[in-house]
Amino acid sequence: MQVYNVTLNSRLLLGTALYPSPAIMLETIRESACEVVTVSLRRESGQGRHGQDFWALIKQAGVRVLPNTAGCVTAKGAIQTAHMAREVFETPWIKLEVIGENDTLGPDVFGLVEAARVLCSEGFEVFPYTTDDLVVAEKLLDAGCRVLMPWGAPIGSGQGLNNPKALRRMRAHFPEVPLIVDAGVGLPSHAAMAMELGYDAVLLNTAVAKAGDPISMGRAFAMAIEGGRMAYEADPMAPRDMASPSTPVLGKALQ
Amino acid sequence: MNIQCNEKPVEIIAKNLAAVLVELGYESMQVATAVNGEFVPRSMWALTILTPGDHLDVVAPMQGG
Repeated sequence: MQVYNVTLNSRLLLGTALYPSPAIMLETIRESACEVVTVSLRRESGQGRHGQDFWALIKQAGVRVLPNTAGCVTAKGAIQTAHMAREVFETPWIKLEVIGENDTLGPDVFGLVEAARVLCSEGFEVFPYTTDDLVVAEKLLDAGCRVLMPWGAPIGSGQGLNNPKALRRMRAHFPEVPLIVDAGVGLPSHAAMAMELGYDAVLLNTAVAKAGDPISMGRAFAMAIEGGRMAYEADPMAPRDMASPSTPVLGKALQ
Repeated sequence: MNIQCNEKPVEIIAKNLAAVLVELGYESMQVATAVNGEFVPRSMWALTILTPGDHLDVVAPMQGG
C-alpha cells in the first residue's frame, strides 16, 4: 500500500502505549512485522530520561513513526502539538486527533477539518482520525489530506466495527483514497472484517497491548489483516437469502 | 527570575531559551518547546528571551496510540 508516496508492505499500524514492558512492546513490533508505529509527546523534566529511553527503543526497532496529537481538544492545540512532533520526531507525518467528547473520545470534526487545513498548507502529511461521515471526509480531502482514518468504534473499546455499512459506503465513495480503520478494534476478526470491506490498513493499540500475550496477539492481527486483504482481492461471493446446494444434485440416485 | 516550566515554578538565571534549557537539564535531549502556548522551534531558542512569569512547556517522546 502507498501513503504519501511511501510504500508499506505491512497493513498493520501499531500503537506503542499500554504494553506490560518496553521489551514486550519491542518484540511485538518485530513479531507483527509492522512498519509504522504511533508515538506521542508529553511534558518531561530535565532530570527525566523516560522519553529519551523510549525514543532510543523505537529507533532500535527501525520502524517509521506516526506521531499523534492525542489529548488535544482544540484545533490550535493540535496544530501546536503537530509542530512540536515534527521537530522531535523529524517527520512530516501527523496522526491528527482533535477530541470532541470524552465518553467516546470521538473526533471534533469541525476542529479536525480546521487543523487539517492549516497543517496541510504547512507541509504536514496529515492522517486524520475521523468518523465515517462522507461530508467530513470530503472536507478533509479538500483540506489536503491524502489518507482518511475513520474510527471503527470508540478508542480503546474493543467493540470492532460499529457501523460496517457506513464503512462500506466510505470505501465505495472514495475508491482511490487510502483508508485506514483507526480505533475500536478488539479482535483479529474485526481487523479481518475491515480488510474484507476493502480497507487498506488497520491501526490499533489496546487490543494488542492489553492482551494476555501481546506478542502472539500482534502476530494474530498481522495474519488476520493479511488474510482479510487476500480475501478482498479474491473477490468474495455475494451473500444470498436462500440456500443453494454446493453438492451437485443432478444424477443423484436416492432422495 | 521565576517562570513556570511544565506547570511547576522554577527559578532560573539564564534569559534566552537555549540557555534556560541547559540550565534546567535538557541539554542534548530530544525535546520541543512552547512558550505561553506558542511553539518555539529549535532554530529560535537562542533568540527567544524569557520574561518573569512565562509559561514554558518542554515535551519529549512518549508512547502513544
